[in-house]
Amino acid sequence: MIRLPIIRAIETPVDSDENLKVNEPMLTEWLIAFLRDEIVRRRGFKTAVVGISGGVDSSLVAFLLAEALGASNVFGIRMPYRTSSADSLEHAALVQQATGINMQTIEITDAADGYLKMCPDADGRRRGNVMARIRMTVVFDQSQKLGTLPVGTGNKTERLFGYYTWHADDSPPVNPLGDLYKTQVWALARFMGVPEVIVGKPASADLIVGQTDESDFGISYPKADRILFYLLRGFTLQRLLDMGFPEADITLVKRRLDTTHWKRHLPTTAMLSSTSINDYYLRPVDY
Amino acid sequence: MKIRVAAGQIKPRKGDYDYNLNRIGEIFEQLEEDAPDTDVLVLPEASLSGYFLEGGVREAARTREQLFADLLGTYRSRVKRPDAVLDVCLGFYELGDGKYYNSAIYCTVTGANCSEVGNPIPAAIHHLHRKFFLPTYGVFDEKRFVSRGRAVTAFSTRFGKAAVLICEDAWHSITATLAALKGAQIIYIVSASPGREFCGQHIGNVARWNVLLPGIADEHNVWVVYAGLVGFEGGKGFTGSSQIIDPWGNSIVQGSATEECLITGTIDTDDVATARAASPLLADLEAALGDITMELEQIARDPYCADRTTGASEP
Repeated sequence: MIRLPIIRAIETPVDSDENLKVNEPMLTEWLIAFLRDEIVRRRGFKTAVVGISGGVDSSLVAFLLAEALGASNVFGIRMPYRTSSADSLEHAALVQQATGINMQTIEITDAADGYLKMCPDADGRRRGNVMARIRMTVVFDQSQKLGTLPVGTGNKTERLFGYYTWHADDSPPVNPLGDLYKTQVWALARFMGVPEVIVGKPASADLIVGQTDESDFGISYPKADRILFYLLRGFTLQRLLDMGFPEADITLVKRRLDTTHWKRHLPTTAMLSSTSINDYYLRPVDY
Repeated sequence: MKIRVAAGQIKPRKGDYDYNLNRIGEIFEQLEEDAPDTDVLVLPEASLSGYFLEGGVREAARTREQLFADLLGTYRSRVKRPDAVLDVCLGFYELGDGKYYNSAIYCTVTGANCSEVGNPIPAAIHHLHRKFFLPTYGVFDEKRFVSRGRAVTAFSTRFGKAAVLICEDAWHSITATLAALKGAQIIYIVSASPGREFCGQHIGNVARWNVLLPGIADEHNVWVVYAGLVGFEGGKGFTGSSQIIDPWGNSIVQGSATEECLITGTIDTDDVATARAASPLLADLEAALGDITMELEQIARDPYCADRTTGASEP
């Protein structure tokens, strides 16, 4: 018998990040074009304002904005609360040094505590939401003062997990990162030269001392992103199990996804007519 | 016959017909200055309004007659040479027969005193193509706002027979096949293709076009001229990459994925016969057309494709 050589198809292992790889130079060029087009050409602004937390998302947005608009046209704002990590302020300063953008610091402690002292029963979640909403109040007010456009920094993973404060972090009218998973944000940040001390540290909303995103989720970003990648493409739970993903991880990710659809939409309006806005009367955002 | 073709990739202002018409006038003027021997100008899908309009289609749509009159008036106001002549193919939202369509016009516009200087080429509409395949999935929602065209037609121009397809039309190999069978030697494809998937060497949809367009040209040995919209609409960016493909499937010029530009090239229609003589796929198709027609009729009669030998039919 003359045996034929067998050439086998390569199956992607479940711990592979191959599906999440991006072409960083091409993506960078595209996002810079996006920012220029949406901010300058369509909306007529020359400058942008962005809250700089010292985390990888806002740092990457600062790098992109500096490329798109020129560093002198970008206004970063650090908005620490009294319990914010000292690292956050230092890392925001590193971003300013690396990009040359404008940076100012506006403490939100007095504003937040002014309200929270009337709410001694407020738990960590409520306190965090208050801080997030005050920060966005500052960003929008400063944008009015400076005549500039607020830019958002939320990534796709936290949007899909509903891991943000509704009508706060998600409210700026332009967001370059909203369709990038966290692992893709890390890759693009490294490509653009965001300092490794920022990219490599555990992601944290920094609303509660010692908080990290992944401890809040109960799953790491890489593991979550690999499952989200397939879920959003319509793969069934059984198919994911067959591929070798742990059932507990799949269930956790699916539950977060399924319980937060409302958060990715505008408020629900009672439809009463055949001209109901966004049901019948349909015009795109840039019309 | 040699034809000098220009394809423009532009960023229309959303829903602003007058502004976009004026922008096309600037392109007429630039061609007159930089490339006055241009025979055909191709502009993308939805050139006069932008692509994502939703219910705004009813405000941006024009009749073919209105559009032609506006193009002719604009050309004559911008190009002063009395014997100037240009064929124009562009996409627009059309109001016609009491419906709205995503359409593309192919027409000839001429200089102001064309008839007086003895130019035998009259200004006229030669063809109107209504988009045959309306994408309605994911980011696309065309069936909700426009009606579907019912025909793919090859039509006569002063440069021979041509056909026009609009974006998803070209993603189905059957449309280009119909155009080639009807005699088209040049297929103009106007498009508004939103960029998605940034993991490979090219943006995902550009990579797809880079396979589709040479495939169409090479299978039927036709010239293909592709004009793609650029710019962002509500975060969705169109990927330009306008190109001209020869009848062997080689792209001879290509625009960028993000920037406005004009690409130009010379089409030699004699190349069609040369390519077909070496690779007579279209002739083979014509020879088998009777059997193919029977197969298609069989599918139309029995969509579940009953096995002809056993008579078994799967629901």
